[in-house]
Amino acid sequence: VFKRFVEIGRVAFISFGPHAGKLVAIVDVIDQNRALVDGPCSGVRRQAMPFKCMQLTDFVLKFPHSARQKCVRLAWEKENINEKWAATRWAKKIEAREKKARMTDFDRYKVMKAKKMRNRIIKHEMKKLQKMSSKKGK
Amino acid sequence: MAGEKAAGEKKPGEKQPAEKAPAEQKTSQKDAGEKKKKVKKHHASRNPVLARGIGRYSRSVMYARKALYKRKYTAPETKPRATIIKPVGGDKNGGTRVVKIRKMPRYYPTEDVPRKLLSHGKKPFSQHKRRLRASITPGTVLILLTGRHRGKRVVFLKQLGTGLLLVTGPLAVNRVPLRRAHQKFVIATSTKVDISGVKIPKHLTDAYFKKKRLRKPKHQEGEIFDTEKEKYEITEQRKTDQKAVDSQILARIKQVPQLRGYLRSTFCLSNGVYPHKLVF
Repeated sequence: VFKRFVEIGRVAFISFGPHAGKLVAIVDVIDQNRALVDGPCSGVRRQAMPFKCMQLTDFVLKFPHSARQKCVRLAWEKENINEKWAATRWAKKIEAREKKARMTDFDRYKVMKAKKMRNRIIKHEMKKLQKMSSKKGK
Repeated sequence: MAGEKAAGEKKPGEKQPAEKAPAEQKTSQKDAGEKKKKVKKHHASRNPVLARGIGRYSRSVMYARKALYKRKYTAPETKPRATIIKPVGGDKNGGTRVVKIRKMPRYYPTEDVPRKLLSHGKKPFSQHKRRLRASITPGTVLILLTGRHRGKRVVFLKQLGTGLLLVTGPLAVNRVPLRRAHQKFVIATSTKVDISGVKIPKHLTDAYFKKKRLRKPKHQEGEIFDTEKEKYEITEQRKTDQKAVDSQILARIKQVPQLRGYLRSTFCLSNGVYPHKLVF
């Protein structure tokens, strides 16, 4: 039922707060609500962070609990988390959302034209298939 | 003090520091070489102030200090013209009459109008500072929000003397001619057309674009409305100016893909589109 667990080395995505949008690794658990967290390759200092603002990813690193930043960084770079993250659908969806928000008026026009053209082509093909199937039915 | 005013050609410097005096003397000597009539720069006040309005020295002492005994001022030899001679026209044609140039006032108010208090920094409209938003540069595509061309996307050319923006469709693209637009009623997009080499004719000023209204009520009330311009006619000059500017701009627009179609389209909002969230 649950596939992603809070464990030492779990890479988490911060969803809100001052470090929103960054990845961190869980280094140690403080109590029921907080974890000691570190993101040497994503610009997050080692700090306590509530679980509420973390969303677990599929990646787990290997380092002992309370390992120092250097070890976390080594593990991170060994696993190439930054590149793996950029390749996930999750990260791509975030990027697409940001791109859409950054669209200028001219971009919106270009998108509208492209969509229109695409839909025309699709409709055309659909109509062709419908015609063929109706002919075959007869 | 009264005597100094008569001699002054340059502005009298009230408090000039002592260090400036030798420098001024140098320039004045040079000037004396070029133009012997130029007056030397004025000395600072030779009457130190004890309290406001009270000087250290009396009138007679000041006369001596300023060496007014040496200065002689004579009235100019030729007075300015007081009258002018004009020919008599109309009924009593022929002959001349003498007319004063500076006439006596034709009306004296019964009560004296009180002096107005001095005001500071109240300038007429012609002297106001014109500002332009940083997002609006020559070649920016603007979205007009008011007027008969509302929603149309238009190319910005330059800011005119009154602060209004000179803008063109171009006409062939979206039927917006060379026109003025108000900065406040315009959205500046981040799309820019490269207008660097485009030459805009110098005679396109506010006076060129100002609305013309005839007001010559020679007739009675019923006939006035004929003379006023009801229907606006496009003059030939406007057409030539439009062609001159547009030909240059259209060439640049063609270079950017899809820009022509973009300028032809109009801006509109639909469901789920919020202006405060849009990036223009």
